Amino acid sequence: MAFTLNNEMHLRDIRSPELKKAATRNGFGEALCEIGEKDASVVALSADVSGSVQIEKFAKKFPERFFQVGVAEQNMASVAAGLAYSGKKPYIGAFAVFSPGRNWEQIRTTICYANANVKIEGSHVGLDVGEDGATHQALEDVSLMRSLPNMAVISPCDFEEAKKAVHAAWKMPGPVYIRCTRNATPTFTTAETPFEVGKMNLLCEGADIAIVAAGRLVYDALIAADELSREGISAAVANMHTISSPDAVALEKLARKCGLVVTVEDHQVKGGLGSAVCETLSDAYPVRVRRIGMEMKFGESGKGSEVMKKYGISKDGIVKVAKEEVARKK
Amino acid sequence: MMLETPRELSLMANSMRQDVVRMLLPAESGHTAGPLGMADVFSILFFHEMKYNAAQPKWEGRDRFVLSNGHICPILYAAMARAGFFPLEELMTLRKMGSRLQGHPSMHRLPGIENSSGPLGEGLAIACGMALSGKMDKSEWRVYCAMSDGEHQEGSTWEAVMLAAKYKLDNLVAVCDRNFIQIDGGTEDVMPLGDMAEKYRAFGWHAIEADGHDYDAMISALDEARATKGKPTMIIAKTVPGKGVSFAENNYKWHGVAPKPEEAAKALAELEAERKKIEQSEGLRETSSRGSKKIEAE
Repeated sequence: MAFTLNNEMHLRDIRSPELKKAATRNGFGEALCEIGEKDASVVALSADVSGSVQIEKFAKKFPERFFQVGVAEQNMASVAAGLAYSGKKPYIGAFAVFSPGRNWEQIRTTICYANANVKIEGSHVGLDVGEDGATHQALEDVSLMRSLPNMAVISPCDFEEAKKAVHAAWKMPGPVYIRCTRNATPTFTTAETPFEVGKMNLLCEGADIAIVAAGRLVYDALIAADELSREGISAAVANMHTISSPDAVALEKLARKCGLVVTVEDHQVKGGLGSAVCETLSDAYPVRVRRIGMEMKFGESGKGSEVMKKYGISKDGIVKVAKEEVARKK
Repeated sequence: MMLETPRELSLMANSMRQDVVRMLLPAESGHTAGPLGMADVFSILFFHEMKYNAAQPKWEGRDRFVLSNGHICPILYAAMARAGFFPLEELMTLRKMGSRLQGHPSMHRLPGIENSSGPLGEGLAIACGMALSGKMDKSEWRVYCAMSDGEHQEGSTWEAVMLAAKYKLDNLVAVCDRNFIQIDGGTEDVMPLGDMAEKYRAFGWHAIEADGHDYDAMISALDEARATKGKPTMIIAKTVPGKGVSFAENNYKWHGVAPKPEEAAKALAELEAERKKIEQSEGLRETSSRGSKKIEAE
């Protein structure tokens, strides 16, 4: 059974050595400059990490529209809210452990309750951060943001999709959380790849099992599906970039076809994509769902890819769980 | 409505104090001490100082009023009703199902409310965001932020204090209700705040201390704030919590409770007696001697 990518998704050859690598935070920074060019009401704020979260480019290009708030994430959120109440379109960026980690209540009250037009970049998420260790590995941010009314939560799968997420967020009123990673990962989508907030992208068809992933692990899921196909397992791969409101129609169709779902994310297994998929399917079409992610633990130092591998959040982890689950099904 | 004399402003404050007691009675919960203590300040802000249009709450040229300590909203609602944002009768719906007068202010429910508040330590940051926006657009409007002393125990307040000084937000003036009480007791027992004006000066603000019940001093402080360039101004308004109701004055136990029927009757009788006194005092400082009671200016 041959592994084939969905043509409509206009993906690059995922096995090509030519595949370029870039971090989603860079996609965020690049797109922020693009919309800054188009819209004078776009402003940006950072909490002493404008370089790390790639807001620096915007700051250099539009210094009069950039506000450096210092190491003060709580203030950043509420100042952005005040700017939004006055008609500006603020983008705030910091490490996700601190924003939305530390300033959750400000985001709840001054941004979400107000339905303010503030876009939040949470960067350096997950075990991907690697060397910095457990304190800096945001594994709870999706859970925090997903529980808030009015908040859209987007986890882009690569550089190209991060850019699209920023543009889409700019066009939609209200709060949006965009989850970005530090490390460069393969850019396997293209400018032609569709992106619509709330719509699932089915990257490859499959019949035995559906792998639903978000963020940088979408690529690993595709490689895993390729590997599984060689062992006679037909795995579908879906990119569920919008986690706040998983695409229920597409998810139900996938569940009906495969009867088995595995979710993959660089996040705790409670509260993130896995939970969102379970909630959606329990309403629409309950099937067995296995959640791959951090098993309610804190991480540790090491290269991002090494740490992720240790905790099973990797291509190998996906292949292992998929085989177990397909065997169990038979 | 523009009120000029301390006598007029004082009568307005008295009306609003009575409103506060009347609206808290059927609400059966809510905060009493803070709203009574800030009645004079709200009278000055809403009927002497700020520019707004009650018929067009979103008028772009309006001054922005940010209430940070949202729990004192009964006095905000009283001021807004008296200013014509909504009918006075609606005050009696406070905290009831379906009311626009939520237990803590909600910007999407009631036109004229600039920010939803209640969680402490956030209003000044919101006010900073508005002031930054005003500066970007070279707007004429100013931002007024009413705060409590207790919320200066929130670290986030000081984050905003630093930002306002860094960006030289002279279109921002904050008024702190220095009433020395909070839910669990006196501020200096719970977590000492010390010399707040000195703290603000150390953070690069212009700081003024004034008696929050002295109209001349408060008006003079607000004039001084407007004239101060290159830095934001903090007015530390010393107030008596529960002002005008003898049994509630300076008693922290009145921070977060509403009066019972017999207490409300007594409170209204005291306030009515006070009103008579104001009405009879024809000559009460009709001519303003601004700044006379100001304790200290930088």
